[in-house]
Amino acid sequence: MAAHDTILKLDDVTKVYSGIVAVKHASLELKRGAVNVLVGENGAGKSTLMRMIAGVEKPSLGRILIDGREVEFNSPADAQKHGIGMVFQELNLFGNLSVAENIFATREITRGIRGIDHKAQVEKANHFLDKLDAGISAETMVEDLPIGQQQLVEIAKAISLDTRILILDEPTSALSAAEVDILFKVIGELKAHGVAIVYISHRLEELMRIGDYITVLRDGQITGQAMVRDIDTKWIVRSMIGSDAKDFAKSVDHKLGAEAFRAEDICLPRKTGGFAVDHLSISVKAGEVLGIYGLMGAGRSEFFECVIGQHGHSTGRIFVAGEEIVAKDTSTRIRKGLALIPEDRQREGLVQVLSIASNLTLASLEKFVKFGFHIAGDREQSAIKEAIRNLSIKAPNPDFDVTSMSGGNQQKVVIGKALMTNPKVLLMDEPSRGIDVGAKADVFRTMRKLAGQGLAILFSTSDLEEVMALSDRIAVMSNGKVTTILDRADATEELIVKAASEGHKSAEHKIIGELA
Amino acid sequence: MTTATATEKAPAADGGSILLTLMKLRTFIALFAVIAFFSVFAPNFLSAANIILMSKHVALNAFLAMGMTFVIITGGIDLSVGSIVGLCGMVAGGLILNGIDLQIGYTMYFNVVEVCLITLFVGVVIGAVNGLLITRLNVAPFIATLGTLYVARGFALLSSDGQTFPNLVGKPELATTGFGFLGSGRIVGLPVSIWILIVVALAAAYVAKYVPIGRQIFAVGGNERAARMSGIRVDRVKMFVYMFSGFCAAIVGIVISSELMASHPATGNSFELNAIAAAVLGGTSMSGGRGTIGGTIIGAFVIGILSDGLVMMGVSSFWQMVIKGIVIIVAVVVDQAQRRLQQQVTLMQLAKKG
Repeated sequence: MAAHDTILKLDDVTKVYSGIVAVKHASLELKRGAVNVLVGENGAGKSTLMRMIAGVEKPSLGRILIDGREVEFNSPADAQKHGIGMVFQELNLFGNLSVAENIFATREITRGIRGIDHKAQVEKANHFLDKLDAGISAETMVEDLPIGQQQLVEIAKAISLDTRILILDEPTSALSAAEVDILFKVIGELKAHGVAIVYISHRLEELMRIGDYITVLRDGQITGQAMVRDIDTKWIVRSMIGSDAKDFAKSVDHKLGAEAFRAEDICLPRKTGGFAVDHLSISVKAGEVLGIYGLMGAGRSEFFECVIGQHGHSTGRIFVAGEEIVAKDTSTRIRKGLALIPEDRQREGLVQVLSIASNLTLASLEKFVKFGFHIAGDREQSAIKEAIRNLSIKAPNPDFDVTSMSGGNQQKVVIGKALMTNPKVLLMDEPSRGIDVGAKADVFRTMRKLAGQGLAILFSTSDLEEVMALSDRIAVMSNGKVTTILDRADATEELIVKAASEGHKSAEHKIIGELA
Repeated sequence: MTTATATEKAPAADGGSILLTLMKLRTFIALFAVIAFFSVFAPNFLSAANIILMSKHVALNAFLAMGMTFVIITGGIDLSVGSIVGLCGMVAGGLILNGIDLQIGYTMYFNVVEVCLITLFVGVVIGAVNGLLITRLNVAPFIATLGTLYVARGFALLSSDGQTFPNLVGKPELATTGFGFLGSGRIVGLPVSIWILIVVALAAAYVAKYVPIGRQIFAVGGNERAARMSGIRVDRVKMFVYMFSGFCAAIVGIVISSELMASHPATGNSFELNAIAAAVLGGTSMSGGRGTIGGTIIGAFVIGILSDGLVMMGVSSFWQMVIKGIVIIVAVVVDQAQRRLQQQVTLMQLAKKG
């Protein structure tokens, strides 16, 4: 392979969101006519990095250079002018418009003042769709298409931009094996035309197949850069996880109690058909830590949301300490001893405008009430101090805005809020997501301590190492189903990884069957 | 804090923080500015009589603005308050003048206290209708309250065929006298309506700070999804704020008809806009989650003093509207600038740390 020249260079960029440093001093070169692969765990900063290149975000520090000249993108349109196109992980399509209208959004083909030339748009759109063998008519409404085909539309749109740099953020997550092959063929063609492709994926075998250059990110920093032909998957995993193995708290040996939590036959229908949570049953003893492993979209968050009462139309039965909980609303369920630490801290965990203190006591205000209405300030204050001490939250002043702290400390506040309701069962959805190593260790230690105190803990993660180290038992979810439950002693990484894709395989076969 | 840390932080923060403090105090500064301006340019502005008259005007808007503040903090809006003022005025007037005809040859009359309680109840019920539309039927607050705006106004006009209920002195033999006390009575030199305002404002400020529902109002407006996940009964919180807004509007309805000793069905037209303006001027964020009762009261005073002062200066009412509009826009622009500045300061500190 000939050496490729650099088309775009990120020079020492840093991106800070409220509370999180998403990317730290990263420098990256994208090569012309090659597939530049980017890997890293969830929250490592891959998407943030790409969003800066695509002009969605502006770097807090650092520069972006194209062909050696410094550029500044104030909007995705600026980036597009420089020939940068991006397919986002979350689809950005207008469901209420047709495929053709989506592909040509903001650069409609017009006939002078006589308005949009719909016929030409449809023709051209069909041409791009045919290239992808999509089998979609350009006149269909996007919302009528299944997710996989919507993704193809998104890719067709990016190709139609005639870009010099094309960023694909997990483009295959909703595609069947046949569709992936076609996509790779198209990528090959684009490469031959000198387009620089950035490819982000969690599927290592895909990366090995089509990648030319590889960059590994961990905790917002670049930890490895190499040519794909020089390395193997082991190298990738090592760079992703790092040599400084995470500090997992040693498990404290303690007796497990009686059954504290049981879910029976939990079902949550998906809008597009099928089930997001598919007849799921699970049971956890007091003092036990159950790790739920699964890939993105396996239905872990949805399961937790069903348990805490966020989905009115979910079915199934839930027991806490042997007592069935009939009430469907979150308030009652929290009072009965369930507590959830949501996956998305910013959207579901914190009220950003409130102080650290108010966030901590938000779910348990009734505990501090005197005469039926008055919040007793002294009791609230002492409870807040205790929580800050117990969870080692680094809060300079509990009356500051919660967003003034780092992500790890924000996560501890969310945990503290849940613990203040005195739960018997704690549901933690990706508790270590997007927080730094030190805070992770604190969170894990807290989980161990709580289990030692007799709490039943269910936590979900997409980190293999984490699930192996922390759980007493491991449940693997795939496509809404629990595919296997293993004791820690019996669990191996291969078993877990295999189980995690079982549900998807059958689904893929189904799709292919339907198409045939 | 030790001196060492103080000096450490000083260079990073000082310029920004002085500007930030000024921006945070902007409502006070505005109040001080209008008072200073009119004391110089408007004759008799600082006379006791004028101050009491002005505060009576301000009180009416302040009631509505308090109810509106809670609604806006939850991320909603209540356009129906002006109409509720009109309808509640008609209810109070009608009850005193005509009583309730029981259709069996008897007419039931109520004393003034009962009339007030019934009227307040009517206001709360209309608020509850708003709340139910918004929480149960998922109607956007703007549309739901726009609907009740028309409905309530319509009922107010229907209740008297568009006529005024005049001369609400009541009859001693029916024990319906004394209605005028609320509007023109005085306790220790201050008008009764001001006393009511003080009581309601203190209660509302207390609720906002020391009662769970107060904290929950802020949580719902700040992040509704997180509030729901924390087990807050979001629907109940929303019902409360709209009912409280209706309650405040009913007070205004009673006070106005008591001041005039007459009820006119068009009373309160476009009052909701003044209430929103006062809340926004007082630092309430239209996107929810931020606001204080104290700020809103000051906001109401700024708007009230501005319009009364301009009248006293003889400025044309057309110019008054222009000036009021500019003041509101400037207030919001400063509010946004403050928010951005604050965010930048925190983010830069984090970037340096990280």
